[in-house]
Amino acid sequence: MLKYILRRLAMLIPVLIGVSIITFSLIHLIPGDPARSMLGEKASEAQLELLREELGLNDSYLVQYGRFISNILRGDLGTSIQSKESIAYELAQKLPATIELSLFAMILAIVVGVLAGVISAVKQYSWFDHLSMTGALFGVSLPIFWLGLMMIWLFSVQFNILPPSGRMTTGVHLETITNFYLIDSLLTGNWEAFKDVLQHILLPGIALATIPMAIIARMTRSSMLEVMRQDYIRTAYAKGLKRFIIIFQHALKNAFLPVLTVIGLQFGTLLGGAVLTETIFSWPGVGRYVYLAVLGRDYPIVQSTILIIAAIFVFINLLTDILYKYFDPRIKYN
Amino acid sequence: MKAALLEVRHLHTHFFTKSGTVKAVDDVSFSVKPGETLGIVGESGSGKSMTAMSILGLIPSPPGKIVSGEILFKGEDLLKKSEKEMRQIRGKEISMVFQDPMTSLNPVFTIEKQMVETIRAHEKVSKKQAFERSLDLLHLVGIPDVKKRIKMYPHEFSGGMRQRVMIAMALSCNPSLLIADEPTTALDVTIQAQILELFKKMQDELNMAIIMITHDLGVVAEVCDEVLVMYAGKAVEMTYTKQLFDNGKHPYTLGLMQSIPKITPNKEKLEVIEGLPPDLRRLPKGCHFAPRCKYVMERCLIEGPDMTKVSEHHTVRCLLYEKTKKAVKQ
Ligand SMILES: Nc1ncnc2c1ncn2[C@@H]1O[C@H](COP(=O)(O)OP(=O)(O)OP(=O)(O)O)[C@@H](O)[C@H]1O
Ligand SMILES: [Mg+2]
Repeated sequence: MLKYILRRLAMLIPVLIGVSIITFSLIHLIPGDPARSMLGEKASEAQLELLREELGLNDSYLVQYGRFISNILRGDLGTSIQSKESIAYELAQKLPATIELSLFAMILAIVVGVLAGVISAVKQYSWFDHLSMTGALFGVSLPIFWLGLMMIWLFSVQFNILPPSGRMTTGVHLETITNFYLIDSLLTGNWEAFKDVLQHILLPGIALATIPMAIIARMTRSSMLEVMRQDYIRTAYAKGLKRFIIIFQHALKNAFLPVLTVIGLQFGTLLGGAVLTETIFSWPGVGRYVYLAVLGRDYPIVQSTILIIAAIFVFINLLTDILYKYFDPRIKYN
Repeated sequence: MKAALLEVRHLHTHFFTKSGTVKAVDDVSFSVKPGETLGIVGESGSGKSMTAMSILGLIPSPPGKIVSGEILFKGEDLLKKSEKEMRQIRGKEISMVFQDPMTSLNPVFTIEKQMVETIRAHEKVSKKQAFERSLDLLHLVGIPDVKKRIKMYPHEFSGGMRQRVMIAMALSCNPSLLIADEPTTALDVTIQAQILELFKKMQDELNMAIIMITHDLGVVAEVCDEVLVMYAGKAVEMTYTKQLFDNGKHPYTLGLMQSIPKITPNKEKLEVIEGLPPDLRRLPKGCHFAPRCKYVMERCLIEGPDMTKVSEHHTVRCLLYEKTKKAVKQ
């Protein structure tokens, strides 16, 4: 198992090199002069030359790529053209916000989706089954931005029970350790901040969770229905095991495999959904950061962030593959 | 005479489907004494498995339901027991081995986990004790290198070995009744013989009763003390194995026996029973076997016969043997 993980990690190197080449080329694929497209029509030739010098655009591509890579390996992701801040520093602030939101949404989607799927399968054709599967059908077809806006309108404007934007109310004090606010507030035992952070993450979290939750619920249901018909489930009943154990252990562990594939895929989609969700809920994360960078043509930010996100995506894929092994001993990794 | 361990009386198990009521088990009565082996034979779809599942209370419901009858186990009616009480009986008092060992074990758990959980579902023993007992059981059923094998997953075993594991698991709580539903059908002929041998050996050592479901009269001849013949959900003949082979009465039983291939050099053609079993949703009036019966009489198409005693411990459901009784009635 360990050997397998190490080998898979080694196999990531060429993938990451490929990704780095693509993100590196990004800046050069823009038609015309990259410096001008970043600074706009009104920039003077002196300003353009300064930026070219700063970004090293006058060097050969190979030298530029070498510098790009060696900078990244040293943890230097460049500086933002507009704010002049270190991108690595800014990402260190924003990445945890996005990861926290995504994980929150994913955990919500998995817990609710799997549970709803299992109950729907066990009580097939019951009112619960009909209700949750109709809900799931809506869930996959609702546009996130519409859902987000409706939730803001309902919970923030009409009932005024949940905040519509941000990660935390300004004025609430929180000592940051990991920059994951839910974790930090728990670590420091700061209940007031925890409650505030939870209230903030709820709406964007639900908006982001909706689609994966619906897909997971449907997948779990059909997979469970299939598994519950299998001979080994009949054996489990004949052995006198409790129904709860049969459903949640014997059946679910088998039924989870196709669900795991869906979860892995949804993580990718989730990162895309994060851009939309973060924009609607003014969530100070990477999605919004990139969105603003694209608008402002701040290419170094776009470049570095895409690289980081691609790397995260590749690691999630690896994690899914490893989990597969846990859920299905029949898979051989040789 | 020993008291019966299990006594099934007039069992009726029906499936209420959209296309009609399937009378899967339709008036079946029999009994099994401690330490003895009863065979249940019949064609595919005759209700053998559903009889077994009825005993364990595992009829899928809906659409299935035990409509009437009694299942007395150690004198108590299982049909009156709660789900919780039944759970304590399944796997402990009555356990079951299924037809297809390739699919009957859970593919994602080790043999150890599947054995230990069975023992611990019924007895308050530590994991260690349950593990030790599992090793003993696997050894008993003839699995080599048990210490290593028990850590493996089902897919790492052959079909015969898996069936041995299933048997070990079924024996793990010393059941007084073991139901084996075509335990050898899915296996190679040589493995079949070994598994049957194993059943006989286990029965001698543990003194349990066995219900051996099969459609193979050869298996019956080999291991069973008594036989119940089923046709289209009904019990049609029940007696001692020897009596059945020497003096079988029901035309269906006779047909079954003529269709056994014999190892004799004459090139006589095997006799097969013409026709197919009836659709259980649209059963013919009268005797269900009548459309295929060589000895069919006019009465058979109108009157459904009851089980009639033809001699001590030998009952048959056929009008040919009911004459006397009916005559007395008239
Ligand atoms: N879930 C169900 N719904 C409807 N009918 C069913 C269901 N399960 C079983 N039956 C019917 O019950 C009848 C008896 O089935 P059973 O499995 O007991 O046959 P069997 O004698 O064990 O046959 P085989 O030798 O093929 O195992 C069959 O005709 C089958 O169609
Ligand atoms: Mg069967």
